[in-house]
Amino acid sequence: MKKTLPWIILAIALLWIASNSRLPKNIPGELDLVTFGKIPVLSDGRIKPLDTVGRNALLIIHGKQSLKLNDGRSIDSTRWLADVLFNAPVADQYPSFVINNPEVLGLFGWEQNTRKYFSYTELNPFIEKIDGQGEKVEGVESAKRTPYQTAVYNLRNSLMLYQRLKNSIRPESAQDFTGEIEAYLKAIPGGLEAIKKQQKGEKISQKELDAFAQFTGRYREMAEMAYLLPVPPDSTGASRHDEWLSIGASLMGALATDSIPPVTKAYALISDAYHEGNVTLFNQQMNDLSSWMVTHEPRPTSRSAFEYVFNQLAPFYQAMGLYVLAFLLVCCSWLFGNRSLNTAAFYVLLLALAVHTFGLGSRMYLQGRPPVTNLYSSAIFIGWGTVIIGLILERIFRDGVGSACAAVIGFITLIIAHHLAGSGDTLEMLQAVLDTNIWLATHVVCITIGYSAMYFAGTLAAIYVVRGVLTPSLKRESAQALYRMTYGVICFATLFSFVGTVLGGIWADQSWGRFWGWDPKENGALLIVLWCALILHARLGGYIRERGVMVMALFGNVITSFSWFGVNMLGVGLHSYGFMNKALPWLIGFMLSQLALMVLASIPLTRWRSFQQND
Amino acid sequence: MPSRFFQFLSSLKLTIVCLSAALVLVFVGTLAQVNFGIHEVQERYFQSLFVWWPSGSQGFKVPVFPGGHLLGAILLINLIAAHVRRFKWSWSKIGIQMTHAGLIIMLLGGLFTDLFSVESFMKLAPGETKNYSEDSRLMELAVIDESGKEMDKVTAIPEGRLSPGAVIEHESLPFRIIIRSFYPNSRIQSLDKAGEKAVPAATEGVGAQAVVTQVPRATAQNDRDLESVVVEIIPIPSATEVTAQSLGTWLISDQLEAPQGFAYAGKSWRLVMRPARYYKPYSLTLQKFTHERYPGTQIPKNFASHAVLIDPERKENRDVLIYMNHPLRYRSETFFQSGFMENDTATILQDVYNPSFVAPYLACVVVGLGLLIQFSFHFAGFLRRRTNILAQ
Repeated sequence: MKKTLPWIILAIALLWIASNSRLPKNIPGELDLVTFGKIPVLSDGRIKPLDTVGRNALLIIHGKQSLKLNDGRSIDSTRWLADVLFNAPVADQYPSFVINNPEVLGLFGWEQNTRKYFSYTELNPFIEKIDGQGEKVEGVESAKRTPYQTAVYNLRNSLMLYQRLKNSIRPESAQDFTGEIEAYLKAIPGGLEAIKKQQKGEKISQKELDAFAQFTGRYREMAEMAYLLPVPPDSTGASRHDEWLSIGASLMGALATDSIPPVTKAYALISDAYHEGNVTLFNQQMNDLSSWMVTHEPRPTSRSAFEYVFNQLAPFYQAMGLYVLAFLLVCCSWLFGNRSLNTAAFYVLLLALAVHTFGLGSRMYLQGRPPVTNLYSSAIFIGWGTVIIGLILERIFRDGVGSACAAVIGFITLIIAHHLAGSGDTLEMLQAVLDTNIWLATHVVCITIGYSAMYFAGTLAAIYVVRGVLTPSLKRESAQALYRMTYGVICFATLFSFVGTVLGGIWADQSWGRFWGWDPKENGALLIVLWCALILHARLGGYIRERGVMVMALFGNVITSFSWFGVNMLGVGLHSYGFMNKALPWLIGFMLSQLALMVLASIPLTRWRSFQQND
Repeated sequence: MPSRFFQFLSSLKLTIVCLSAALVLVFVGTLAQVNFGIHEVQERYFQSLFVWWPSGSQGFKVPVFPGGHLLGAILLINLIAAHVRRFKWSWSKIGIQMTHAGLIIMLLGGLFTDLFSVESFMKLAPGETKNYSEDSRLMELAVIDESGKEMDKVTAIPEGRLSPGAVIEHESLPFRIIIRSFYPNSRIQSLDKAGEKAVPAATEGVGAQAVVTQVPRATAQNDRDLESVVVEIIPIPSATEVTAQSLGTWLISDQLEAPQGFAYAGKSWRLVMRPARYYKPYSLTLQKFTHERYPGTQIPKNFASHAVLIDPERKENRDVLIYMNHPLRYRSETFFQSGFMENDTATILQDVYNPSFVAPYLACVVVGLGLLIQFSFHFAGFLRRRTNILAQ
């Protein structure tokens, strides 16, 4: 039993992962939204599947990745996107927009009650008002905005995104888009002729010209509003172009070439079929478009298909579940003194690491970048780094402490990442100065590993204090083991933080011409280095011993959090790429909790429950 | 036998005190950036011997904390002294020795950078050629003799000389310039809008119709000081003319668009307040500036300046491309793509002269290796002990 138990638990965890990893399948006779979700489009500067577009847009507009309709039904982001793109009048009725701020509701004369989701139709009468208010906020620095200003600005952006989305594929008011395009193509020669005649001052039929101008006006507007560019480059046909185009732009292109790209035609047919509720036609056209993409745009299509799978598998959520399981197993092994549970926890952690690594690797493949490119990915990477540190320590000490720390930090960082994802695409394109893989791979990775190690040391110290003060379980031996681990991890943190910080300086020297500029993020990194140096020297000089190192490691958590998140909240400097007011209370709460632990640690050793009994 | 003072200088206690003070200083200096511009914060906290309180420029103040320069210097002395005192050649200590040697290089590099580096900007419109860069903060008063056929003759007076009452004479000028008043940051208003009691800033030129008021120095990140100066021009008495009568006073400011000038000694002279210039023995001509964005977004993808570098001295005449993360290094100066203006057509290049830019590169390698060696030793020793314990 002792030997088989870990394997049984691992098998259960594997089964759980497998059952969560089934991809959605098409049900015959229903809309084929799987094929729809995989279709590549260009938006926000990168090629991504419609599935990602839907998820991110709904997250921005609604704050969640699924939508509960007024009749109690719940739809996922793909279905929502299909409705917005192809059947706007229906989507306009959905309670898509989240409004939490009572002052924003007051703007419309609405009282705050239990409802916080509103439909486009409800908001439509106030659009000008919202736009005006939002425009005023634009001039205010993001750090200085009041909650109302932030809320109304976000609402305005959500409305803009929504309007752009619903005019991306077909004009929202269109009934028979395919027929409309045919009529437009027929009207082109006559229309162009009429314009030429008008320029020469000849007599023309005003009616014909007006009809033609109506078409072009409509498509120009579509081209300007489009959020999606779904028409891939084409160097073969009559309608040559070498960039991805919006539907509107491809229709405008017909003025010069007399023809429209096959993809534009396909989207018109698809959207008409969807609009009419013709499932068979929709599925058939969707399949045709998909096979066209596979033949003509094989690379973007396969990448998009992979991203679709990545979205569906949601590896980071699965890893979170495994971390919780691993932590519970370690706790049980401590409670019942059962070593095989500890081994089981180790196996489960290995599995979690594999899933986490798969997620991290997938992101790197999709983005073609080193692992850390924004705050979101730094959270993912810090978690990954701590789990590896934890597993190594667990291999050496085999007392469950390494596993416990790995599980806790792995879980918390993934939760943080989950909350950071609310601002949209986490695989966003990089600002020009960040567009360098060498420095992203060296400086950013080193700094982030430094954060990982600091948090790891801090967590070890927390275990030491809590176990030592509140329980009798911290024996001399385990206390010493914890101390060694903490010291070792701090050394590791010193190395990576220092090298990472200096590499950052060198990067700055390369791109801005100065090694050090006292920018808040730079200072944050420097604080970590100074703190590590202080711990090492204070220990060397005998000013602190076991407990002192632990207390200082706890404060390391505070400094690292300041450096990772705090400086971004100052809203100044070159690195302020991720400003979030919402995280502030959490950050302060975390810092206070660490200070509380430090206070706890400073009660006389004779009052520590573990040491009362030992000595 | 080391003296007690030397013992103090090389003591670990001093290291710890300095590191703690540095932590506090960096933290406070970071928070201060919420309210003050980066330059102000740097001068107050990091590039100073002491942090003074209160922070205003005038009146009584006391030093409340050691500044960045002082702490850096003490740490450097501490490091060197400790090195001298404790240096012993042994393989097990080599990691520590390397780490601290690297830190010495880094601190020295920082010191030299602070002392000798010069940062300036070169702004180029398409087709424009410049053989000078401009300081981003310091100004100069240029007196331009426009009578030359092909070239103007310029006499530039640095900002530091523009203190009220100063008399400026130069062999190229047939007159004296007397600084009547100097405003480090000012606003100019037209006389008729300033009320009845307002006094015109000068007697000649635009200044006769304008009022200048002193305002506090700019502190915000993107604010710039607008300097103004009022000068009086007095001819130098020559053998033929015994009495030299003042030509009047002029207001000169970079806020004024109309050039200020006068005619004297058969020549026409122009007075301009402009960013201090650093001339170079070579020139850059901007051919084209490109600003790429990711398709369908406003996110910048790249900025690039296509320019021609001409150096008559070294017989260089070639095309250069300066873009993000790829500066042009030429003659101990480095030109970085810094920004753009005029609707994406003109470029702003940052020009840095930093003779000690190699120090951090070197320091990073030395310290990194040092730490790696040191901790590897630790770790190996620890693992050995651990295996022994487990074996028992």
